[in-house]
Amino acid sequence: MPLAWLGMVPFTLFAVLFLILPTMNIVVGAFQTPDGTPTFRNVLNLFQPSILSAYWISIRISVASALAGCLIGFAMAAAITLGGLPQWIRGPLLTFSGVASNFAGVPLAFAFLATLGRLGLVTVILKDWFGINIYGLGFNLLSFWGLTLVYLFFQIPLMILIITPALDGLKKEWREAAEILGASGPQYWRMVALPILLPSLLGTFALLFANAFGAVATAYALTGSSLSIVPIVLFAQIRGDVLQDPHLGYALAFGMIVVTGIANGIYVWLRARTERWTR
Amino acid sequence: MSFLEIEHLEKSFGSVRVVKDFNLPIEKGEFVSLLGPSGCGKTTVLRMVAGFETPSTGSIRIDGRDVVSLRPNQRNIGMVFQSYALFPNLTVAQNVAFGLKVKGVKVADRTARVAEMLRLIGLEGYDDRYPFQLSGGQQQRVALARALAVQPQVLLLDEPLSALDAKIRVSLREEIRDIQRRLAITTIFVTHDQEEALSISDRVVVMNGGVAEQVGQPFEIYNRPSTRFVAEFVGTLNLIEARVLDRDSGRIGIGSREASLGRPLTSDRLTLGIRPEALTLGRAADRDMVLEGRIDDVHFLGSVIRIQATVAGERVMLDTFNRPGTPPPAPGQAAEFSVHPEDLLVLEGERSP
Ligand SMILES: Nc1ncnc2c1ncn2[C@@H]1O[C@H](COP(=O)(O)OP(=O)(O)O)[C@@H](O)[C@H]1O
Ligand SMILES: [Mg+2]
Repeated sequence: MPLAWLGMVPFTLFAVLFLILPTMNIVVGAFQTPDGTPTFRNVLNLFQPSILSAYWISIRISVASALAGCLIGFAMAAAITLGGLPQWIRGPLLTFSGVASNFAGVPLAFAFLATLGRLGLVTVILKDWFGINIYGLGFNLLSFWGLTLVYLFFQIPLMILIITPALDGLKKEWREAAEILGASGPQYWRMVALPILLPSLLGTFALLFANAFGAVATAYALTGSSLSIVPIVLFAQIRGDVLQDPHLGYALAFGMIVVTGIANGIYVWLRARTERWTR
Repeated sequence: MSFLEIEHLEKSFGSVRVVKDFNLPIEKGEFVSLLGPSGCGKTTVLRMVAGFETPSTGSIRIDGRDVVSLRPNQRNIGMVFQSYALFPNLTVAQNVAFGLKVKGVKVADRTARVAEMLRLIGLEGYDDRYPFQLSGGQQQRVALARALAVQPQVLLLDEPLSALDAKIRVSLREEIRDIQRRLAITTIFVTHDQEEALSISDRVVVMNGGVAEQVGQPFEIYNRPSTRFVAEFVGTLNLIEARVLDRDSGRIGIGSREASLGRPLTSDRLTLGIRPEALTLGRAADRDMVLEGRIDDVHFLGSVIRIQATVAGERVMLDTFNRPGTPPPAPGQAAEFSVHPEDLLVLEGERSP
């Protein structure tokens, strides 16, 4: 027994030092002035148009990339589990997903800039060889859809990784039982498969949302400060080069914790509603 | 013509033929079991009838209509799976109503039908339970109700009792048979359990290696097996090697004893199959075939005494009824055993391993 507890120590220490203490620090700091007196000033300061719009665009990008990630990832996972794709595709795809879902930050941003940036390889090839100027058509990597596209690079693999086991859990007999009772394919999906998958789908969506919402490194490396999403505004506060108010930075971070918390709250509530039938 | 007609059915997976020239006419309301060891093709036959597998060749007709080209949801067949396959996200009532709902039956009719089905399987009041809240036996009964709710023409059951424990298995098989009789629904029941097949079927099909070795009523299958495989697979069978002394008169030698089968034989060696209940301890006056051996072990089971013995070098088993005045024999003791020649199953040819 004592040894078993000892095994818990390193990671508990990590969690306390690098998760719980900083979080406490942020929450406390968000309600303090620089000299330590309690205040709501910082939090109230969040409600200015530039910061609200930063939150709003962050939430929209996160929802968009999570939704698209869920849809595309689901389709791919369904193809390797239920659609009769050859068995050998599955292993490599899952391995690749494991790698790609962790591909973020500067390398990912660089990869996309080198490909789809203004002077990126694909951009140039499309322009010079096919006469298609994607930037002329309104595409911009440093924009809402641009960032969403970049996030999809890790969102889709993450969805594949998480939903594949759930799809494997759909028993062949359920489909056959539905079929022989007269159900069509869509009826089976609507009445049986999707309700069974719903908790997993919601959970993955919440995870993808949080994943995108907090992806500061990728966003910053990609856009610098040209796209005002919360992580970047926050980063600016921490470095102190714009508003030079570290406690507004605390409040910004606190706001992110709240948004993530609400997203998770909604998820837990939905999950409880959709999961009445499990033990 | 029969209600369900399976003719020259074959199925190959790749180069492996798993069902070979399978023929089976089934009358309306009949209960037929497919019995055989694991891997002999029972499920494959059933799945072809259901429409989940396409036959390589052959025809399946239900009520005169060829169904081979129909999809499962067009065949009006009910199916019960070994794993129950209840939809876990739906309640008992919703599971039973599923087939009616997808067919667009009105809610009021659906509710009435569900109530009727739950009464039939003795699960009134379980409407709002989820499958995980039921025992295995209850889940399988719900699965049966779900299959029957749409009033299928044919009911298919693939080892529906295999996942249940022994006691439920026996009571539920009686229940299934009882419901089947009441609804007079044409039924194919797949099992690898010979007792199960014998006890509830109108007819049994014994399958081996994709082939129907024998089709017949349980009494016939058990007492007059047409192949060696059927004799050995169905029921317990004591096998004793015999030498043929005279083919024409049917004289044979077993150990140091001789006996006559009273009919001509075609081979030089044969195996005698004796059911445990046909072998009697001691010499019975009216039995003319006597074997000698030694008692190895005695199990007193109450109404029955099961004796293990060695006869002509073979391990055999026999059952005798308990008699208060006759104590069981002691192990190790030499003994005589007798059998009526009519009770002998004469298996000519090679013994299977
Ligand atoms: N989809 C399939 N692909 C390849 N082989 C199969 C398939 N389904 C069954 N088989 C093979 O066919 C044989 C018969 O299987 P099955 O009908 O399930 O036997 P049973 O139900 O009597 O145990 C087995 O050897 C099995 O491995
Ligand atoms: Mg089987």
